[in-house]
Amino acid sequence: MWKFFHQLASPPHFYRLAGLFAPWLLGLSLVGIVIGLYGGLVLAPADYQQGDAFRIIYVHVPSAYLSLMAYTMMAVASVIGLVWRMKLAHAVAAAAAPIGASFTFLALATGSIWGRPMWGTWWEWGDPRMMTELILLFLYLGYMALRSAIEDRNKADRASAVLAIVGVVNVVLVHYSVEWWSSLHQGQTIMNEDARMPTSMLAPLLIMIFAFTLFFGAALLQRLRAEVLEREHSARWVGRMLAEEQPNA
Amino acid sequence: MLEFLAMGGYAAYVWTAFGLTFAVLWLNWWSGRRRHLRVKARLASQGREDTMHRGATIKEVNA
Repeated sequence: MWKFFHQLASPPHFYRLAGLFAPWLLGLSLVGIVIGLYGGLVLAPADYQQGDAFRIIYVHVPSAYLSLMAYTMMAVASVIGLVWRMKLAHAVAAAAAPIGASFTFLALATGSIWGRPMWGTWWEWGDPRMMTELILLFLYLGYMALRSAIEDRNKADRASAVLAIVGVVNVVLVHYSVEWWSSLHQGQTIMNEDARMPTSMLAPLLIMIFAFTLFFGAALLQRLRAEVLEREHSARWVGRMLAEEQPNA
Repeated sequence: MLEFLAMGGYAAYVWTAFGLTFAVLWLNWWSGRRRHLRVKARLASQGREDTMHRGATIKEVNA
């Protein structure tokens, strides 16, 4: 078991395994998305209050969930990178950032599109859920800007790790914003005791969350391959691999 | 079918949200893939240059 983890942390093994798993994760996630879309758009009944507009939930909630999950992962990887000086952990954090940022953008955009017909407004300055999610987007962008501003990779790893860890406070704020402050945003959907969703609505949502998570995994592995290759550019295994792939070069 | 597409009058909102989401997902996959290929191509061409330089030095030494 330990040997397995040890090998996983070694860049050539990780690079190879990531290349092996990424297409499978992508394929599985696409199957899940197709099933989730059919369930959410066709099988699920219209909401008695929101009509068919509620169906935006099937892309909004998975995006919002991943925007928080990716950030948490980035922060945990940063801690591991700082404490155990594990380079692969820093690579994970760096690769998760742009994907997390894109899901944060999606959560904001689909929320805004959903808010227009339901609340009569695209955006409400001062709403705690919207503001904390917007800050999350800025944290992602700040993290990426900081990384690209520091040329020395080790310094960039350390500085951006500190930013990622400090910013995790905001993840907690996003999560509890609808409970602690009054917000236009509706409360929890999935674990709500007072207003349970019928299974025909809930099942597609859970499938979509699962499928989006698989997609995140696939996209992360894909980015990690580039990240690992860049970090290991002078390592022997990279040279050997490239030579094997392009024998005529 | 038309009724399905109309989404109870919310077609513009629902389809924009879904279209945008899948466009961004596709972009995620595509940009990661492109970056991987670019890094690989760059390293491969660097590797070639390095070998050429080394080759030149050995020839000079031999001469």
